Amino acid sequence: MAAILTNDTGKAARDEILTLRFASGARLASRQFLRNLPATSGLVVLALLCLAAIAAPLISPFDPIQIKLSAKLQPPSWAHLLGTDHFGRDVLSRLLYGARVSLSIGLMVVAFSTSFGVPIGMTAGFMRGNVDNVLMRLMDAFLTFPPLLLAVAIVGLLGPDLRNVMAAIGVVQVPVLARIVRASTLSAREETYVMAARALGASPLRIATRHILRNILSPIMVQLTIGFSAAIIAEASLSFLGLGTQPPNPSWGRDLAEARRYMADAPWLFLAPTATIMLAVLSINFVGDGLRDALDPRSWRTRARVASAKG
Amino acid sequence: MALLSVRNLTTSFATDQGLIRAVNGVSFTLEPGEVLGLVGESGSGKSVTALSIMRLVREPPAKVEAELLDFEGTDLLRAAPRALRDIRGSGIAMVFQDPMRSLNPVLSIGRQLAEPLIRHLRMEAAAARRRAIELLEMVGIPMAEKRLGSYPHQFSGGMRQRVMIAIALSCNPRLLIADEATTALDVTIQAQIVELVRTLTKNLGTAVIWISHDLGLVAGLCDRVNVMYAGRIVETGPVREVFYRPAHGYTIGLIGCTPRVDRVGTPLKPINGLPPNLMDEAPLCPFLPRCDVAVPACHQTMPVLRSLPGGHSAVCLADLTSHHRGAH
Amino acid sequence: MNPAGPLLSVEGLVVHFDAPRSAFGPAAPPVRAVDGVSFTLARGRTLGLVGESGCGKSTTGYAILQLVRPTSGRVVFDGTDVAALPAKGLRPFRRRMQIIFQDASASLNPRMPVGDLITEALEIHCLHRGAGRGRRVRQLLDLVGIAPHLAERFPHELSGGQAQRIAICRALAVEPELIVCDEAVSALDVSIQAQIVNLLQELQRELGLTYIFISHDLSVVRHVSDEVAVMYLGRIVERASRQRIFDAAAHPYSRALLSAVPIPDPDVERARERVILIGDLPSPANPPSGCRFRTRCPEVVEACATKDPPHKFLAPGHYAACLRV
Repeated sequence: MAAILTNDTGKAARDEILTLRFASGARLASRQFLRNLPATSGLVVLALLCLAAIAAPLISPFDPIQIKLSAKLQPPSWAHLLGTDHFGRDVLSRLLYGARVSLSIGLMVVAFSTSFGVPIGMTAGFMRGNVDNVLMRLMDAFLTFPPLLLAVAIVGLLGPDLRNVMAAIGVVQVPVLARIVRASTLSAREETYVMAARALGASPLRIATRHILRNILSPIMVQLTIGFSAAIIAEASLSFLGLGTQPPNPSWGRDLAEARRYMADAPWLFLAPTATIMLAVLSINFVGDGLRDALDPRSWRTRARVASAKG
Repeated sequence: MALLSVRNLTTSFATDQGLIRAVNGVSFTLEPGEVLGLVGESGSGKSVTALSIMRLVREPPAKVEAELLDFEGTDLLRAAPRALRDIRGSGIAMVFQDPMRSLNPVLSIGRQLAEPLIRHLRMEAAAARRRAIELLEMVGIPMAEKRLGSYPHQFSGGMRQRVMIAIALSCNPRLLIADEATTALDVTIQAQIVELVRTLTKNLGTAVIWISHDLGLVAGLCDRVNVMYAGRIVETGPVREVFYRPAHGYTIGLIGCTPRVDRVGTPLKPINGLPPNLMDEAPLCPFLPRCDVAVPACHQTMPVLRSLPGGHSAVCLADLTSHHRGAH
Repeated sequence: MNPAGPLLSVEGLVVHFDAPRSAFGPAAPPVRAVDGVSFTLARGRTLGLVGESGCGKSTTGYAILQLVRPTSGRVVFDGTDVAALPAKGLRPFRRRMQIIFQDASASLNPRMPVGDLITEALEIHCLHRGAGRGRRVRQLLDLVGIAPHLAERFPHELSGGQAQRIAICRALAVEPELIVCDEAVSALDVSIQAQIVNLLQELQRELGLTYIFISHDLSVVRHVSDEVAVMYLGRIVERASRQRIFDAAAHPYSRALLSAVPIPDPDVERARERVILIGDLPSPANPPSGCRFRTRCPEVVEACATKDPPHKFLAPGHYAACLRV
């Protein structure tokens, strides 16, 4: 319900005019975001994870790749807060350094899939016709491959470099994003405000960027958070298969893979990376939900304080 | 005895921004066979009034209260849900604005027609079928028997509304509430439907409440009219009195800004300002911010009901006889 | 440039929409939304285009603005046939003809503050650069009666009337000569409708605008129009000056339409003679042969089924497409 508190009076004067002080769109969006408890918590957790990843060399208690067989498979203790693995390496330190890999993969994959998926989807949806057909059939072709196999194939061919891993996972996500963007573009195109923009003489590029893009952010945002999480998990899977991060470098997935053998004896080896991955994925999802909600102007609550001024 | 008696009906919704009184102390009575118009713009509370009477508003979040809400001797406020269900359809029937959404798209017309017949009149399937055909013919749908098996989407808007009317009148209700029933229809179709309802209800002796924002429609159909603003009835009376001798600032404003197809010349006199804030609890006339004929007293006290000759009354402090125009 | 002739001349405008193709069977006939519409409109005048749903009036409006490209026909705006222009060539004409839609809020991008929408109009056509732009936006807002601080609001925070004022403001920003009002007041409450109608008329006087006022509400049309064209199933069945249409309508459909419009006057309303039409609107994909109105016409004769009635001239500027007048 619109909180309409002023009179628009045409040209007639009214005796009581209420003045309102407004905040800008960005401030309102952030305020709406901060009102969302899960989203804010998720953002805090994510920020902490990122900070931890960046500060890993500083805060990590041990060298993650230093082998110390005398201390192998020790349960969590004051010396090693999360225990040690089968090589005597400190699990906490490995997780901190592993965060660097996983989070940067997540970010890079999101950047990659956005830079390809969004333009492809928007072009297809906006221009329709042959362009649409060609682009979408291309996307379909990629979709027919089981995602993990495609990633495996790419990394297998090009070598287990971090960039290749990112490309492999990203390539797999592009078609999904493109499809979603295309569908949203198709429906946004039919909206009256788009026709109004055409009537004004706006160029197709302007309509696409200024009008349509803003209004399809919501599904894009959702897909990006799914993609971020999926990227982390995909990296974990690839590392599990030996195609991601190579030993002895730490990565959450790598560590998870190696923990398999020791599940009965040393459950902490398995639980720690699992919990971390779950934490990261949950936080990202909450943040994504919060962003989606915050970016929709309709969800903003009463935006201003009323200062009444008579006369 | 009055068919329907409403006294001080209030329907409020609790929202996180405050309490909204969609219907605020509405009182009126309806005699058997009478045609009453409930006229107002969006937000006036006219639809919610009808839904509240039929107890079709979801409670919570709504809260329906009244000093008296009586239909043919039954207290609608305190009646058991079963008793209410019995009344709906056979005592009071309602026709809504959008027939596509009030007809079930996956059930055939025949099924939907038969439903109230079986439920309220306890008819057997075969008898219900015959009666359904009769009803379709009564509302002017050609090839009625063939169309029993049709689905709503196979009919045009006007035809669907006819089906709605047939369903509504099938159990011979004593009161028919038509809520913007012709608003979504083309004007020539509207004329057909209005004529249909007028004839049928006259023949059956059904009382009608016409809810509409269209003054012209109300002028032609109704015996009495209630003008609603901000959830309250601001003026009530026989239709000629209200149209020719309006006694409330809003009624005058409404009539003054409604264009007429039979004459031109006077510029439309708009009602300035914006629709009312239904959360406002100030003890003053809700129309005051927009009123052109307010007197100093309006800024101090809440207006009370003032009786005028001919069963006409208005909740207004100003003397508006200078704004009256005679019959055309 | 053609200052002497009419601002707009529509000749034989036809807009057909292809029915969706199914993989099996022959293609369904196209929907003939507009099937041969012609009229002229002089500068500064208002043409009321009336009809019921499916008559093609909105499509006519879009086709004039080239938002929907006509299947055939000419749309001569100030001497140039815009229907024949390629998309690039339309750019300068977009400034000169604008449109206001029925659903004001839907015509405003929900994610942009309304002030930005008006600024955009100026941007697209490079009007008033720099600081002057802000001033111009405030000027325009004042013209339509919107307080400046409302420019920061988003469309959903505005009332229906305010949103429509913004839409009008945006249209005015490019300084058009012709504005198509497509049911511009139909979705508004009658009290707000009156405000907007008055605003439109005031703007017409101040700025010398030409309007095509598309509406199904004859009462409003009577109030705003200088001339009226009545449409039925894609064709104009009668065209006349305001006075003649409302006092001396000749076509049976026009007369039925007029008699169906309720009048807010109890005595007048009850004393009226009504022409009630029978039946429903035929499908625009399959219009009746001969005169399209014959299936519902109270004055139909045999000849109506075979012959498509030509325009019969009844008075200067007044014609009706009927065999019986």
